[in-house]
Amino acid sequence: MQMTPSQSSLISASDDLRTEPRPVRIVIIAIAVVFLIVFVVLPLVVVFAQAFSKGVGAYFSALSDPEALSAIRLTLLVAAISVSLNLVFGIVAAWAIAKFDFRGKTFLISLIDLPFSVSPVISGLVFVLLFGAQGYWGPWLQAHNIHVLFAVPGIALATIFVTFPFVARALIPLMQEQGTQEEEAAISLGASGLQTFFRVTLPNIKWGVLYGVLLCNARAMGEFGAVSVVSGHIRGETNTMPLLVEILYNEYQFVSSFAIASLLAMLALITLVAKTILERHLDEGQQPRGD
Amino acid sequence: MIEVKNIVKKFGAFAALDGVDLKVANGELLALLGPSGSGKTTLLRIIAGLDWPDTGEVSFDGENALARGAGERHVGFVFQHYALFRHMTVFENVAFGLRVQPRAVRKDEASIRARVKELLDLVQLDWLSNRYPSQLSGGQRQRIALARALAIEPRILLLDEPFGALDAKVRKELRQWLRSLHQEIHVTSIFVTHDQEEALEVANRVVVMDKGRIEQIGTPGEVYDNPATAFVHGFIGESIVLPVDVREGRVRLGGKALDIAAHGAACGASKLFVRRHDMQIGPAGTGALEGAVRHVRTFGPIQRAEVALLEGETVIEVDAPRDREIRTGDIIGLHPRRYRIFAAQD
Repeated sequence: MQMTPSQSSLISASDDLRTEPRPVRIVIIAIAVVFLIVFVVLPLVVVFAQAFSKGVGAYFSALSDPEALSAIRLTLLVAAISVSLNLVFGIVAAWAIAKFDFRGKTFLISLIDLPFSVSPVISGLVFVLLFGAQGYWGPWLQAHNIHVLFAVPGIALATIFVTFPFVARALIPLMQEQGTQEEEAAISLGASGLQTFFRVTLPNIKWGVLYGVLLCNARAMGEFGAVSVVSGHIRGETNTMPLLVEILYNEYQFVSSFAIASLLAMLALITLVAKTILERHLDEGQQPRGD
Repeated sequence: MIEVKNIVKKFGAFAALDGVDLKVANGELLALLGPSGSGKTTLLRIIAGLDWPDTGEVSFDGENALARGAGERHVGFVFQHYALFRHMTVFENVAFGLRVQPRAVRKDEASIRARVKELLDLVQLDWLSNRYPSQLSGGQRQRIALARALAIEPRILLLDEPFGALDAKVRKELRQWLRSLHQEIHVTSIFVTHDQEEALEVANRVVVMDKGRIEQIGTPGEVYDNPATAFVHGFIGESIVLPVDVREGRVRLGGKALDIAAHGAACGASKLFVRRHDMQIGPAGTGALEGAVRHVRTFGPIQRAEVALLEGETVIEVDAPRDREIRTGDIIGLHPRRYRIFAAQD
């Protein structure tokens, strides 16, 4: 169909009405861009610039320092422990909340959110109160020569606490939206509970699980506050990467400090890219149902 | 035979099923018909083992079914929204019931493939076997869901609103298809519907439910021609309902005695039910009722007239053949050829 000039001007006029005037758009976009540069891009650039300020050789020797290697190992270990435990916990909790109705469900949901609303330092202090020498279980632990505080178990506990909402939070809305019909279908076809879980439920939530694990891992590796309280900062033993960054910085070892910080920054970048990819898969997974 | 005895199921204070008894013979195609909230889907889910009654018994061929879980009852269930496994191909969806069998009885891969092929042929969709559910139309999903349920060779097939989510044309085709499929494989089948036309057209026997109770069980002809209760008469087919009063064997409308027999209806406030097409139209003074035509609409083979009755200030709609001349403003006589009187419940 041919458009008369008056029709086309009508359309462009209504186009203009539907969006903001050009100057307003430019100003809003500019504010966003400046904000991003100042608060995200510049700090990232500074981290890498500082890390490489004395050359590539200094950068790699800083990373291969025994203290740095020990911190990297500890961080990976703690992340592995807390992510795998929270994976199990998150799936179980999301399963219970999304697929069953029981008393105290809303209470359980707010409990899961608790670590988000509590300052990480407080989370760490709770463990000191429980496991410290003057704490509730401290004397008993000491008598049996079990080290929780200022050792790997304490750091893992604190990390598990601050990261436990991630997997559950990623899965609950997904599983609620998917409902229970596919599981009911599987059961009526003769599948056992485990078969139903591994053949029907898990494949349906796999992208959500990966998404939760990714965020959980990023937080577990980057956690500072809670870990700082329970770690005791024993060099080469209980320092995680974020703790070592602070210690080295306070000792004016800027290259070493920023070298380790650059690893954490890279983790953040990788996480960001992986998150974008996973979000695309999650959107695809939510196709319209039968009606 | 499936036997359901005195089933009660409550959700909080709401009784979804309030004492239901039902027997389903082998090979039957039965419809559970009722408005939403009548408990029909709950009854179906209890038979399948997806819900449990508060009290009552369910038995299959004399065996207590309530002692078995859904997976052990050998029941094929077709869900309203199909509940196909979205991450599996059509082939794997149909094969699922065969693959999850305990190792001791599980068929080998070649037999599973042959069986799935056979089922996909049965539902005439073998050309879709590598597609995913999201790539199918509603009618195709419905048939795949049916093939999946049939894979486990169920002793009963249960279908929850099997045509509910489909558009009108596909719905008609699938109805005929389901009936001929039932004739072919003859598995005992129960389907739930709120659509009376669907129930009457497809089923051998219809169970009409309301508010958690069974109102009537009968063939489509029986429930249509001889409704047992006021609810059934009102729910199935279109009815004219007149508030009448039965006294001393006379039926009265708006104080005036009508020239029709009470057929032994109990005294008191009652309702007179007449099918629209059973209301005969004649010249004024020829029927038990008289009314003024307020409006006439003509569509298809009939004309529908809105008539204000002179007795009792009621407005009704009646159907007449097109060749009868009716004009707005006419006074006409009306006579119910067939009618039923039920005691008013409220």
